[in-house]
Amino acid sequence: MPIVKLLSEHFGNGQAKELDWYRKQGGYEGARKALIEMQPQQVIDEVIQSDLRGLGGAGFPTGRKWNFVPQDTGKPIYLTANADESEPGTFKDRYILEWDPHRLLEGIIICAYAVGIHTAYIYIRGEYVRPAEILQEAIDEAYREGVLGERVLGQKFQLDVYLHRGAGAYICGEETGLLESLEGKKGWPRLKPPFPAVVGLFGCPTVVNNVETLSHLPKILLNGAAWFADIGCEHNGGTRLFALSGNVNRPGVYELPLGTSMRELIYEHGGGIVGDKALKAVIPGGASSAVLTEEELDVTLDFDSLMKAGSMLGSGAVIVMDRDVCMVKASQNIMRFFSHESCGQCTPCREGTDWVYRILTRIVEGNGIKDDIGHLTELGENMTGTSICPLCDGSVMSFSSYVQKFRSEFEYHIHHKQCDVEAGQC
Amino acid sequence: MSSSFEFTAENQERFQQILSRYPQKRAAMLPALHLSHEQQGYISPEVEEYVAKLLEVPLVDVHEVLTFYSLYFQRPMGRHHLRLCMSISCWIRGCDEMRDHLRAKLGVESGSITENGTFSWEAVPDCLGACELAPMMQLDKDYHGPLTAEKLDEILEATSPNHSSRNSAPEVPPTSKGRNSAPEAPPT
Ligand SMILES: Cc1cc2nc3c(=O)[nH]c(=O)nc-3n(C[C@H](O)[C@H](O)[C@H](O)COP(=O)(O)O)c2cc1C
Ligand code: SF4
Ligand code: FES
Repeated sequence: MPIVKLLSEHFGNGQAKELDWYRKQGGYEGARKALIEMQPQQVIDEVIQSDLRGLGGAGFPTGRKWNFVPQDTGKPIYLTANADESEPGTFKDRYILEWDPHRLLEGIIICAYAVGIHTAYIYIRGEYVRPAEILQEAIDEAYREGVLGERVLGQKFQLDVYLHRGAGAYICGEETGLLESLEGKKGWPRLKPPFPAVVGLFGCPTVVNNVETLSHLPKILLNGAAWFADIGCEHNGGTRLFALSGNVNRPGVYELPLGTSMRELIYEHGGGIVGDKALKAVIPGGASSAVLTEEELDVTLDFDSLMKAGSMLGSGAVIVMDRDVCMVKASQNIMRFFSHESCGQCTPCREGTDWVYRILTRIVEGNGIKDDIGHLTELGENMTGTSICPLCDGSVMSFSSYVQKFRSEFEYHIHHKQCDVEAGQC
Repeated sequence: MSSSFEFTAENQERFQQILSRYPQKRAAMLPALHLSHEQQGYISPEVEEYVAKLLEVPLVDVHEVLTFYSLYFQRPMGRHHLRLCMSISCWIRGCDEMRDHLRAKLGVESGSITENGTFSWEAVPDCLGACELAPMMQLDKDYHGPLTAEKLDEILEATSPNHSSRNSAPEVPPTSKGRNSAPEAPPT
């Protein structure tokens, strides 16, 4: 696949944070074109035709989401840019925030103009202190230079952008948890419908989009929907930033067209497995996605292919595990995260994630009992589709996939009271 | 320790600015707690009362929010706070050894403060969003990684009181800077 840099062209370049420099590279021209030459609905149609999909995890078509926002309620409409980035394995939005904050701000202007929004909040996870500082500087500079504020880019369009820091809670990345948190409450997700597009922040229609999704907008507007759609694959427009980590030689962020093969990402771009060991498993889209085995590596990285493969592209976080990684312990690690981060609102999630974690722990510690695999399967069934937000289902997708695909490792642990990896049995 | 709390003049001004961003006062809850945390280093019961009054919400609402989020301390912590990431990518790359090393080095369990008050630390189950640096940690505001036992020692030494004063940045440049650059151009 050819290297196309739509989002990552400025990564590593310390100057790109400066408004002046960004502008010299053609920055804010996409927004200018939208504001001056296009009607809001034309912008939405362009984004629909570009096949841009939500890169926060769910892959929902971005333009279609904007079309759901009612324009006749008489209430203000809000935008919240989701910079919570907390799905284990995910670190791509951080690169945009640290290296290219104006690209995000330009995307925000385009979305705001298209949907009729005059106030946008960027919700950034509390741990991202340095990225927040960089972003705040960019916002301040944009105000000083008339890029934001009363007359955006000198046009008759007003937009305020505010940075809002989270305080350490994974669930605030879920869009309705985020809205609750922004309203000054604990981040308990809301029942949907109503969807945020209709009843969102402060009871008003609200667009929630991921940082990377929004950052794609400037080039889509500048170069056109067809250009963008052509870069990706069917119904998956453009590129995305893959965050590659685990046992690879070159962990990092790689921008690739949607539809690139997993094998290419890991072996060509990531430099293969450390020490040339055999690969055992790959998590393709953050901790909530189902694990893939080595035989499944030819899957292509796009929303539809991974769904067909029984997993998901999710947040684009690809985590590689070599043959020495114990799958029972990997699953235990992930379930510790989910049980810690369950907001506690739904019983199946609050109790279930913790229960699964405890079963996995006793298996790891050599205290597993014969029925434990059955217990895990049953828990997975009871936890599916019974809770308010997708955290619970995501946790099931995760642990069930380890049990199914690496069942023999679980059985070895239970029967031999020790780890087959440590015992050299796999 | 129970003395009343209020924002410094500067923070009062910042708070007024923050309030103007939201159509509802309550939305300034997290920012108000962040500001108090910055000023005092932790959120005491007096801060909770102060914030409740400022935002015109019941005290219990402030307490509920405070305890829901993991970044607010409810008691004083070390002059430098360290969070070691224990999530999946860092675990694959050896965070368990880093945790053991850190515990031995600092001589206290996760969640505690060293005897001289210089450091507090926790092993956190959440991914800190920098898995390319695995195993990694956050020291005050900065990210460091990939960690080894030696690197960890160096960072701690450069941060300890002989080398740097309260609140000043550690002298070692954040390791993440070097690694933050774009991946080398992969072959086409
Ligand atoms: C448990 C959970 C955590 C999530 N965390 C994030 C996150 O950190 N960042 C993000 O952009 N989306 C996250 N999402 C997805 C959001 O709910 C939402 O779909 C997304 O922000 C919409 O933006 P997009 O359409 O541009 O992807 C999360 C979803 C769930 C269920
Ligand atoms: S599924 Fe879990 S995280 Fe989501 S609302 Fe219910 S308890 Fe909270
Ligand atoms: S797993 Fe440690 S930073 Fe992501």
